[in-house]
Amino acid sequence: MAMLPQLTEGLGVTALIFILTLLFSLPLGLFLSFGRMAKCRLLAGLAKFYISVMRGTPLMLQLVVVYFAPYYVFGIRISSSWRFLAVILAFVLNYAAYFAEIYRSGIESMPAGQYEAASVLGYTRAQTFVRIILPQVIKRILPSITNEMITLVKDTSLAFVLAEVEMFTVAKQFAAAQASVMPLMIAGVFYYFFNLIVAVVMERAEKLLSYYR
Amino acid sequence: MEKKTLLAISHLDKSFNGQSILKDISLEVAEGEVVSIIGPSGSGKSTLLRCATMLETMDGGSLRYMGETAARDVNGKSVYAPKAELRRMHRHFGLVFQNFNLFPHYSVLKNIMDAPVTVNRIPREEARSRALSLLEQFGLSDKADAYPYQLSGGQQQRVSIARALALQPELLFFDEPTSALDPELTGEVLKVIKQLAGERMTMIIVTHEMQFAREISDRVLFLEKGSILAQGSAEEVFGSENARIRDFIGKLA
Repeated sequence: MAMLPQLTEGLGVTALIFILTLLFSLPLGLFLSFGRMAKCRLLAGLAKFYISVMRGTPLMLQLVVVYFAPYYVFGIRISSSWRFLAVILAFVLNYAAYFAEIYRSGIESMPAGQYEAASVLGYTRAQTFVRIILPQVIKRILPSITNEMITLVKDTSLAFVLAEVEMFTVAKQFAAAQASVMPLMIAGVFYYFFNLIVAVVMERAEKLLSYYR
Repeated sequence: MEKKTLLAISHLDKSFNGQSILKDISLEVAEGEVVSIIGPSGSGKSTLLRCATMLETMDGGSLRYMGETAARDVNGKSVYAPKAELRRMHRHFGLVFQNFNLFPHYSVLKNIMDAPVTVNRIPREEARSRALSLLEQFGLSDKADAYPYQLSGGQQQRVSIARALALQPELLFFDEPTSALDPELTGEVLKVIKQLAGERMTMIIVTHEMQFAREISDRVLFLEKGSILAQGSAEEVFGSENARIRDFIGKLA
């Protein structure tokens, strides 16, 4: 059981990737959905193309592309501190695309009457969105967001392609050294409990928003 | 004594996808007047209201509120004032929707208070006491903390009337306010509107409730196929010899 401290350390990195990805991709996804729904055809087309590429290619490939981009595009030598940043950047760029589509589905499901009522009452467009539309959209999309969050917990293991030492990487190293699948099983249990916490927290959030229909 | 003209629409034209919905509609409403707009479905009643409340833009014609120009007619085309000015003009009127369109995530009290506080920057305490007195007036004092889904349709509609009145508009529009309600609930909403008429609130009401329109209106407009077929006092329109109008009213009576 000497591997437990190291696995726990790996879990810390996993949790950090998870939190940072959500922190940046949730707002970025919202702006991306605005672009996707923009009246300007060019902007909407660009956003649509971006989303289609990010959703249509493997995240593992995106991690590699982001990691090597500074060297191939700008000729900058890749430093060791770039590794973690590249992981976060790739995850954020990828998850923002998924979140953008979730936001869009929520925003487009809002009845026109809500916008009309706000308009007649004199709310500005920004006030209408922040006070009337967004709170209702969040309630509607919460189950889809939970889904993505759970996928993200497991996707963090893909950081191994850049040799970022998160939990799965640690488990694999131990599995190879001990010629045993036990470390991988333990990592599996860790992932499961991580997701259990995510599910419980999100369930509570849904309950908090269930005061209205 | 000359009464103030609150709303003046002249030569309003509106079409959707090349199909003409409203043709050359002119309408003036003076302070304290109650005007009903009746007519068959698809005659353009709701579109007229939506143009007047700026939910739709007019193709041609002019729109003025309290002497302020929202849209002027330039060679048969409506030209609207800048957005900020239009938003300021929203203060002059309120609109009550057929489907209430309350904000489901706000309590009844917040539905009524939020626009005065957010839009008109009225102090919270003042907005609150005004909202509470409106609720009392409409017999909804015990519902202040309820959410819209917990109310009957009639209660929701009364809340939406209170929400519109909280901004103290000079003019209140109703777009078929009882069409989503059963006869019993219709009665309680009509009672509230009558109460407002008693207080000389200026109102423009699109309705299918003929008896109600007849009782409450100073003036009735009969719209058909996008034109005003007849207008006048309730007695004049309901007693009209026009075969089309007699037919329509007769069918409903």
